[in-house]
Amino acid sequence: MNSIKAVNRSTVLQYAVLIVLALIALGPIIVMFITSFKTQVDIMSSESMWVFQPTFDNYTHVFENKFDLFLRNSIIVSLASTVLSLLVAGMAAYALSRLEFPGRSPIAYFTLIIRMVPPAVLAIPIFILWLNWELFLFDLIDATPFLYEMENPDPYLFAEGLVDGRIGLTLFYTALNLPFAIWLLIGFLRQIPTEIEEAAIVDGCSQWQVFTRIIFPLMRPGLAVAAIFTFRISWNEFLLALVLTDRNTRTLPVGITLFLTEQGVQWGRIMAMGTLIVIPPLVLTFVAARQIIAGMTAGAVKG
Amino acid sequence: MNSSFKIRQMRIAYLFLLPAIIIFLLGLVVPLINTFELSFNRLSMGSRWSDRDYVGLQNYERMVEDDHVRSSVGVTLRFAAIVLVAELVIGMGLALLLEKPIKGAAVFRTIFILPLMVSPVAVGLIWRYLLDGRIGLVNHYLGLVGIPAQTWLGNPDLAFFSIVITDIWQWTPFIFIILLAGLQALPSEVLEASRIDGANWWQMTFLIKVPMLRSILLVTVLMRLIDVFRALEVIFIMTFGGPGRSTQVMSLHIYKTAFTSQTLGYASTIAVVLMFIMLVLSLFLLLFSNPLKERADF
Repeated sequence: MNSIKAVNRSTVLQYAVLIVLALIALGPIIVMFITSFKTQVDIMSSESMWVFQPTFDNYTHVFENKFDLFLRNSIIVSLASTVLSLLVAGMAAYALSRLEFPGRSPIAYFTLIIRMVPPAVLAIPIFILWLNWELFLFDLIDATPFLYEMENPDPYLFAEGLVDGRIGLTLFYTALNLPFAIWLLIGFLRQIPTEIEEAAIVDGCSQWQVFTRIIFPLMRPGLAVAAIFTFRISWNEFLLALVLTDRNTRTLPVGITLFLTEQGVQWGRIMAMGTLIVIPPLVLTFVAARQIIAGMTAGAVKG
Repeated sequence: MNSSFKIRQMRIAYLFLLPAIIIFLLGLVVPLINTFELSFNRLSMGSRWSDRDYVGLQNYERMVEDDHVRSSVGVTLRFAAIVLVAELVIGMGLALLLEKPIKGAAVFRTIFILPLMVSPVAVGLIWRYLLDGRIGLVNHYLGLVGIPAQTWLGNPDLAFFSIVITDIWQWTPFIFIILLAGLQALPSEVLEASRIDGANWWQMTFLIKVPMLRSILLVTVLMRLIDVFRALEVIFIMTFGGPGRSTQVMSLHIYKTAFTSQTLGYASTIAVVLMFIMLVLSLFLLLFSNPLKERADF
């Protein structure tokens, strides 16, 4: 009797602590959400913290100020780098975990180590590379008489397409995401028995068919986890996007900072845009929390 | 027959790896080699790569005597030490307190990982707003209990404290969830045996559980340390390294040296040092948590 009471008390305490922690974790995000429906006047007056007349003005303003453009850029870059990462990582993981070849071990270790490159370090050479890529293309056109005289199609316009910051971001995000994706997929492949592939080879499937018809479908749960992490990193990335994009190719995290430089910070608008940026990762979290936690703890906790 | 099969398999393996290798080369290896080369050169903003001036070890000599570099290393180390200790103590405490599996744990775990999923830029903006001297909620609620309003981000010590609090908010759940998973994966026989031997709660916790989590703790610390050296977005948004240089971590200092001071060569020199630190940390991490080690043939 006494011990049941003690168990109940500790359970109640446990729930109480969990609820307080959940409020701490959620609180700031909820504040952002609420503030996004406030007018600047309500935000500046300190009396009405929770009671106010909600308004959609901030959202309207954000959409009128190129939000749709930034959103489109973010979606393009995030999806392109996610798809590219999964495809390339899937192939690499297959080779690294199933095939025998000299240099396998060094390549595997190299992928593990290169995960740690800080974006600030990468930002400098990437900025220089991209600028020089542009200069190189324009020089090339200038130096080639028949290209130089062409008007239709305009070679300069074509060159500008090739130096589009979104192409660069897709490439660099894929490079940054590949190590984790490869490493995660190797783990998943290890759990798939090799008998099916061997049977398929005996039946006359080529290695490529084995990969596309058997391995890729079997890897789906692993690909889903890799996709979540890749998408999240590409969606949230700020520094490389800041360095590489311009007026027309800006992604959301860079776009939001534009509202900071206006005279007097427009908190309502910033919070509206912040809320919109945060929605996709939040949805992903609620849909796939278990897989996310599995991916996060994979490095530290075995089994 | 056998050797021709091996050669064919080799060729296929390289073909499968080719896209990854190309992307690594273009996206990481070439840029990093450029950084290394640039660290011995002088190059200003907007110049062509071919316009760089070779200056030998000048950048390195300058760096050794540069107070700003030294202070950024100091800020980074101080920041890393404080947040790591705080997050480990809080995370470990919570994991031990909430170790017992209960109904609805999955819901709470989902909520706890939200701060990790939110874009760092949004995290920076939210906390900049919360800590705003005039309209921030933090000052508002502190005012209710009689604590006078502070200019959190305008005072060097308070600004440092502010980025520490933000980091703790964002990352403690990560440590908590990893340690919780570790605790729940401990072999029950050992715990059972110690209970039969009459170990009390303190002995169970500090003589059995915590020591058994040693390797997980080590890996978590290394992973967080690497993150602290890499990340700069939250600080970029909250304080941009100020006031003064009180919150200028190494990453942010490199960014500012490159893009605010527009000295790309010198910034690369500091970047090389940061890369070196990352490399050492990564090798340590690999030593203790090697996902390839479970396979005998790597």
